[in-house]
Amino acid sequence: MNTAVAAHCPYCALQCGMTLTPREPGALVGPRDFPVNEGALCQKGWTAASLLDTPDRLREPLVRRRRGEPLRPAGWDEALDLVAGRIRELQDRHGPDAVAVFGGGGLTNEKAYLLGKFARVALRTSQIDYNGRFCMSSAAAAGTRAFGLDRGLPFPVTDLRDADVIMLVGANVAETMPPLVRHLRRARDRGGLIVVDPRRTATAEQAALHLAPRPGTDLALALGMLHAVVAGGHLRRDYADARTTGLAQAWRIAARWRPEEAERVTGVAGACLRDAVELLAGARNAYLLTGRGTEQHSSGVDTVSGWINLALALGLPGRAGSGYGCLTGQGNGQGGREHGQKADQLPGYRRLDDEAARRHVAAVWGVAPEELPAAGRSAYELLDALGAGTGPRALLVFGSNPVVSAPRAGHVARRLAALDLLVVADTVPSETARLADVVLPVTQWAEEDGTMTNLEGRVLLRRRALSPPQGTRTDLTVLRELAVRLGQPASRFPDDPEEVFDELGRASAGGPADYAGISHRRLRAGEVLHWPCPDRRHPGTPRLFLDRFAHADGRARFVPVDHRGPAERPDPDYPLIATTGRILAHYQSGAQTRRVADLLRAAPAAYVEVHPDTARRAGLADGDRARVVSRRGTVEVEVRCVPTIRLDTVFLPFHFPGDERANLISNPALDPTSGMPEFKACAVRLAPANGERP
Amino acid sequence: MRPRRVVIVGYGMAGARLAEQVRARDPEGGRVALTVVGAEPWPAYNRVLLSGVLAGTMTAADIALHDPAWARGNRVRLRLGARAVRLDRAARTVRLADGASIGYDALVLATGSRPWLPPVEGLADDRGEPAEGVATLRDLDDCLRIVDQARPGVPVAVLGGGVLGVETALGLARRGAGVTLIHPADHLMERHLDRTAGMILAALCRAAGVRAVTGRAAVRYYPGEGVKLEDGAFVPAAVTVVTAGVRPETGLAADAGLAVDAGIVVDDRLRTADPLIHAIGDCARAGRAPQGLVQPAWEQAAVLADLLTGADGTARYRAGPVVTRLRAGDVDLTAFGETHLEADLTALGETHLESDSPRAEVLSYVDPARGTYAKLALADDRVIGAIVLGLPDAAATLTQLHDTGGPAPGDRPALLFGRALPQAVADDPARLPDSATVCRCNSVTKADLVRAARSVGGDLGALMGATRAATGCGDCLRTVRRLAERLEDDSGNTTEGTGT
Repeated sequence: MNTAVAAHCPYCALQCGMTLTPREPGALVGPRDFPVNEGALCQKGWTAASLLDTPDRLREPLVRRRRGEPLRPAGWDEALDLVAGRIRELQDRHGPDAVAVFGGGGLTNEKAYLLGKFARVALRTSQIDYNGRFCMSSAAAAGTRAFGLDRGLPFPVTDLRDADVIMLVGANVAETMPPLVRHLRRARDRGGLIVVDPRRTATAEQAALHLAPRPGTDLALALGMLHAVVAGGHLRRDYADARTTGLAQAWRIAARWRPEEAERVTGVAGACLRDAVELLAGARNAYLLTGRGTEQHSSGVDTVSGWINLALALGLPGRAGSGYGCLTGQGNGQGGREHGQKADQLPGYRRLDDEAARRHVAAVWGVAPEELPAAGRSAYELLDALGAGTGPRALLVFGSNPVVSAPRAGHVARRLAALDLLVVADTVPSETARLADVVLPVTQWAEEDGTMTNLEGRVLLRRRALSPPQGTRTDLTVLRELAVRLGQPASRFPDDPEEVFDELGRASAGGPADYAGISHRRLRAGEVLHWPCPDRRHPGTPRLFLDRFAHADGRARFVPVDHRGPAERPDPDYPLIATTGRILAHYQSGAQTRRVADLLRAAPAAYVEVHPDTARRAGLADGDRARVVSRRGTVEVEVRCVPTIRLDTVFLPFHFPGDERANLISNPALDPTSGMPEFKACAVRLAPANGERP
Repeated sequence: MRPRRVVIVGYGMAGARLAEQVRARDPEGGRVALTVVGAEPWPAYNRVLLSGVLAGTMTAADIALHDPAWARGNRVRLRLGARAVRLDRAARTVRLADGASIGYDALVLATGSRPWLPPVEGLADDRGEPAEGVATLRDLDDCLRIVDQARPGVPVAVLGGGVLGVETALGLARRGAGVTLIHPADHLMERHLDRTAGMILAALCRAAGVRAVTGRAAVRYYPGEGVKLEDGAFVPAAVTVVTAGVRPETGLAADAGLAVDAGIVVDDRLRTADPLIHAIGDCARAGRAPQGLVQPAWEQAAVLADLLTGADGTARYRAGPVVTRLRAGDVDLTAFGETHLEADLTALGETHLESDSPRAEVLSYVDPARGTYAKLALADDRVIGAIVLGLPDAAATLTQLHDTGGPAPGDRPALLFGRALPQAVADDPARLPDSATVCRCNSVTKADLVRAARSVGGDLGALMGATRAATGCGDCLRTVRRLAERLEDDSGNTTEGTGT
């Protein structure tokens, strides 16, 4: 008789607790009491077991010797030999950087760690980055420069339950993380929920105060609010003096942003902006939380700094019962950005350009520090450089589907097609896998052990609940096998998750994200461990910054930032602003959720949300097929008239493939600090699908 | 190549902004060597915020634009407390009051404006400066002096009921002074407001403790006693603040033979007839007369910085739409564009009312008792003007529509009131349509619940188990429970019915 195994949902960064009871085939999802979700799940969670027996699950490697030929089944040795041989060939001819690696924020800590090590040690390439660049990079950079450390929520998510006021900026949690809404109830029911979103989302519907800025103007709003804090006498000068630096410089800029100036740019009434400030300043406990809506901009880092400045002026960060945090999106979006799959990073959230960090990690890896490559290209720059000029000639993709999820997706697909070698490790034939020369079938969440670090920095052990399908291997085994074929000693690339995690702990020891004291054993024993956790007796750190921030002087930094606005603005040819986002039934590129019948039934296709007046002016009505055209491409989708959306704004969900890819139109203008593309604001026009040709 | 010597005369909001913008484009000073000459003894400050100092919500330190180390840190030669007295265009030098002379390759006049004293007997002294007991509101000194004098209970007269006058009167009343606002026109802010709006604004001022006297000009000022009006009435005042408008500071340009017409005349490159001399901000007239607003000055600074540094030689200044915004205490007023149009009722067969634009559509809403007023003018579905008093949401949307020139929504009432009228919420689940989603987290419609109840009955737990409704965020639990109760009742009734 099969027994229920404690498990975690395979999707977002909440990592809701659930039970999995193996069946033949697949498994059954059941409720499990876990602080983040209290037994609740959204539709994605309840139906997650469908992923385990999806009909088109990859069960054997696929290869093609030439482009244009169909992929055909192959044995593991043939596939791995082919990959390793081509890698050697390309690196011999073009140097180590001819081979690039692209990872994902859904990979376990063990995989993310080993992938980074594989790139730097086995491939000796600088060309590695991951899809978290499109997700958390702006908040991460802003958090690091403000606090000296980036952990999405520096407090347990359950702390939100006691707040009087919570301000959500660019976060539609009622659709993207439904169980989180349970923790917002107290604030909401007391009239203390403030939501900043250009759309009247399911989350905004619940807010006492909904501020709807024009897309791309969030920083002007944050500056106006900082102005109102000072002008209204709400500045916490005692806190600013004792715990921060840089207020004067940040204020000099905010001084120019009277709420009336911010109003002109954002469209949010100065009076509403002041109301929001009064609510926050009058609260005993208050939180300010940001999401992708405010972060996915070419000025995303500065925008988040603007929000952090506001939180600091109100004295929220590092105060028990209050704080600033960003809501991490991907399942392991937190751990995935800490252990070395990022272009400029080594495990433990160390920097690749830090000599001491290089020495430490090189010693753990048994290589010389100078053998470690320098920092490489950020995700979009990497994809943009593929197969051209000095760019990489081969790409190995793990846990990502950039053909759907990268900005200017049409161009990205063309770059992938220009490669000499594309290798994709995945569980299903994703849109990116279909373009590959070699597809490697790997195991997934309930079929293997591994740790995930959720949005509150808590490290969770995901246990194997059932056997993987015949013919699949774990990503760890794939990396080990490739490394050995590339001349590495097998002992340097363990594929036992527990062994890999122990090595990760040593590599991260002494770094900002210190996992040294965490072990699978402690997690199996039920310990609740938030990093940093430097030794085996350390209880972990659920709440950061209560006594000091992580900069050397212990103080948080106000950062002087000013509003720039989106890289592309509406003009007579492209008069509307398109913004993109997630919907409840789907997750990321949809490679998983579009294979779940219930979810596909709930949301079968992409659409564009348009104000009825805007639709009518474009000759469109609810339900019509429309073309949404930008300078980069055209999406063809159904019109959904929504009277609450701004007249100048349209919205598209980004989970759908082919001609319905929202990223065909998105703008790859990058943030200069984080490399985040501008997913959330680009100029478009709208036309009937059967009319104008782009 | 030697950096170009640029001298900015004036260290107010325009001059300070230009210096910043030049350094943003040329941080190392390789292209431009910058000198800034400021008449006041301290670093630039944000004049717009003086009303905040006056109202007591901000300190002098809060409104500083630069800290004292700014100039050094940005490779700017800064001369404070230095007044420019003469331009020598042939020698390309500017002479200072202390006799120093500064050479330039390009000169920028950012000298701003000075308050205008209306022709009221006794208001000005022999030199044309404000008489004893009279204050203007131009610089920080003025402001600190007024704050010092206008203590609670002290009678104050404010001469001039434009934006600055109304804002000042409300700010001083907030501090407890006994304020009388004297305005010669028939209603307040007559350049920006129609009569109705002006009347409602006066009522709001009265409610805030400001006595507004309109339609009567001041004719004589008695130091320390007050102001006599043209009808012979007397307004007692220990302090008299003059807010009757400003005049651009054009003396240097005029003396140097440059054209002046309600401002130093400049083209779209912000150049005077002398291509080496530019002017920006309140002292300049670039297309239209100076406005006393900061927005145009900053836009001009950005364009001129592009040109002076060579960052963008094609940059040109075009005046954008101007919005008048007054916010003080509980008064929140926005006005822009065509504000004096009246509704055209010809379509109704009524007498034709005055309207400049035959295609204009004018909507209005008046609620004098609550101090609310909205008037909206449209042409070809574009917003061409508005007055909005006490409806800040509407003002924000209208301003953006005006700025972007985007088409207005068809729902005119929502546009006029700023938010869609609240929709009736179907609280009773029985009235929900079958297709309505009850549980968003699990995509459960009312029809799904009804169908599930047929197989598992109306028990709440069973319904939740069967449909997953209310097992996500849990917010629909109440609706599901009521629906479950009703379905259970219904199934009970049905059983009874079948039984008989």
